[in-house]
Amino acid sequence: MKVPKSLQVDEIKESPSPPNDSEVRINPVVRRNRVDQVYRSIAAVSGSFVFLVMALIGGFLLFRGIDALRLSGWGFITESQWAPDMGGAFGIASLLPYTFSIAFVALFIAVPVSIATALFITEYAPRRIRRFLTATIDLLAAVPSLIYGLWGLFYLQPRIITLSKWLADNLGFVPFFKVNDDFGTSLGVFPSSTFVAGVIVSLMVIPICTSVMREVFGQAPPGEREGAMALGGTRWGVVRDVVLPFGQGGIIGGSMLGLGRALGETIAVTLIISPSFDAKWSIVEQGSNSIAALIALKFSESTETGISALMAAGLALFIITLLVNTAASSVVNRSRSGSATEI
Amino acid sequence: MTSIDITSTDPTTMSSDISLLDPGHKAAGLTASNVACWFGTKKVLEGVNLDMAPGQVTALIGPSGCGKSTFLRTLNRMHELVPSATLAGEILIDGVDIYRGAIPVTDVRRRIGMVFQKPNPFPAMTVAENVLAGLKLSGLKSTRSERDDLIESCLSKAGLWNEVKNRLGDPGRALSGGQQQRLCIARSLAVSPQVLLMDEPCSALDPTSTRRIEQTISEISETITVVIVTHNMQQAQRVSHRCAFFLAAENEPGRIIEEGPTKDIFTNPHDSRTNDYVNGRFG
Ligand SMILES: Nc1ncnc2c1ncn2[C@@H]1O[C@H](COP(=O)(O)OP(=O)(O)OP(=O)(O)O)[C@@H](O)[C@H]1O
Ligand SMILES: [Mg+2]
Repeated sequence: MKVPKSLQVDEIKESPSPPNDSEVRINPVVRRNRVDQVYRSIAAVSGSFVFLVMALIGGFLLFRGIDALRLSGWGFITESQWAPDMGGAFGIASLLPYTFSIAFVALFIAVPVSIATALFITEYAPRRIRRFLTATIDLLAAVPSLIYGLWGLFYLQPRIITLSKWLADNLGFVPFFKVNDDFGTSLGVFPSSTFVAGVIVSLMVIPICTSVMREVFGQAPPGEREGAMALGGTRWGVVRDVVLPFGQGGIIGGSMLGLGRALGETIAVTLIISPSFDAKWSIVEQGSNSIAALIALKFSESTETGISALMAAGLALFIITLLVNTAASSVVNRSRSGSATEI
Repeated sequence: MTSIDITSTDPTTMSSDISLLDPGHKAAGLTASNVACWFGTKKVLEGVNLDMAPGQVTALIGPSGCGKSTFLRTLNRMHELVPSATLAGEILIDGVDIYRGAIPVTDVRRRIGMVFQKPNPFPAMTVAENVLAGLKLSGLKSTRSERDDLIESCLSKAGLWNEVKNRLGDPGRALSGGQQQRLCIARSLAVSPQVLLMDEPCSALDPTSTRRIEQTISEISETITVVIVTHNMQQAQRVSHRCAFFLAAENEPGRIIEEGPTKDIFTNPHDSRTNDYVNGRFG
């Protein structure tokens, strides 16, 4: 309670605060009942279990990778080659850009598709088919990535490289779509590229992004929706002025969760790409790479140093995805608790 | 009595037959005939007939749960936004049915505006943008000076201009509850409605804001037909020309028990239940 200054002084003078019993502050005691206690401990144990596993994984990767890191020093970040087995140099300087390029291609496709899908489900689809659509999208997430990889390799790739060629022919002035081919662009230079891998990965990312966005869009305050409708708003008007501003956090968070997934995608990428260690701008030209794919490809044929180097690469991937996912969930959470507050 | 199919989707094309910024528009009359409403299989309103004459303020009164809000929401097609909600009967604006496709639903809602019990300004928009939201929402073009005029005139009509003229760029949610409600009224006025529906607009407000809004209602009622739901008998007497008393017997749908000039309803009601209600003896 705020008391005017003059009053405060007077009061202190008049009553020199005797150590009254009622002024001894209470430390509130909460006596939980047994059921509560049991649940509490179960929750606490499982909560700390997650942290324990994370710490164990991180610790393990560091422990196994430290030899390689000592060997390479800063070269681990600046070196493009990967030849630890022959005693050569190795580093993630080309792997990182490739890994991120594949992920960004995937997001470039997945984010708009997910926003549109989520909006369709929450705003446009008749109630009857809403649940069906949601279930179908979630089912996409349940398809093993090996299947996506096989399908991508044998079905999608031969078709999608026509698009790659079109991009190279028509937008070749953009560095991303440029192809170094002295004989004009033949279809042969387009398979196994960052672009093809990114397209496949986008299919795996879409369900994750969509379900996060759908959930956040669905929480747009009904009062605001009705307010917009009552002004004669069209459905698109409601989406633009109520749902999207409210769902911003969900869009960003969902995209970042998708990014985390895309960065770590292994088997489909491994199947599609042909490994390259020269980072390049072009995403449509043959040759790409990713940390996860490299580990999968090299693991069985590596010597002790090679394994240690792969562990170090794994550690890098682990840290990156951890950061991305943490950032993502904090954005999603903030959007939920923040913009949903009542007046 | 046949149920109306209200599952048809909103038309995306807008017919802008009335110019928004044209002050020459007139208040419109609303007529409800034989309206019944259901939520799922539960019938909550039955046989409602009510004439809401142009330029008049009609108050809907009655105990909680008797279907006042439901009825109000049928008047601008907000009722159908509730899944499972259905209705029967006819609602006419100036003699034209609003449910059977003669007028696009977005036009219906623009011509028949609504102010809700809980203030619901758009939090992501500034005060000025909130006023103009209706134009943007229905895709109407306007020039800069038209917009500036509209902001000032609507905020003035809602009795808010003096308080916010220096904070037009503040977010809508930075205003107090009473100010937010007046902002919502200004927002509704900006699309030049012919009818304004108000569902207990003052129930969350202090007496001063309440008086302010009642004053606004009296001022706008010359050009806009007002239908207001209120639990405050004094308010009904102060602002309304006519009054309709709703009542739902136990496990029965609500109906209009009595309807007429406000003075008669309060001083000389025909039905004893009306008399009991307006004198605070039940409900
Ligand atoms: N969304 C809904 N789903 C099912 N029943 C509903 C729904 N909304 C209202 N009802 C029911 O319809 C009846 C009328 O409700 P309505 O909100 O119109 O009452 P009201 O007269 O506005 O009451 P109040 O004065 O408390 O606002 C009530 O019995 C209520 O339980
Ligand atoms: Mg109500």
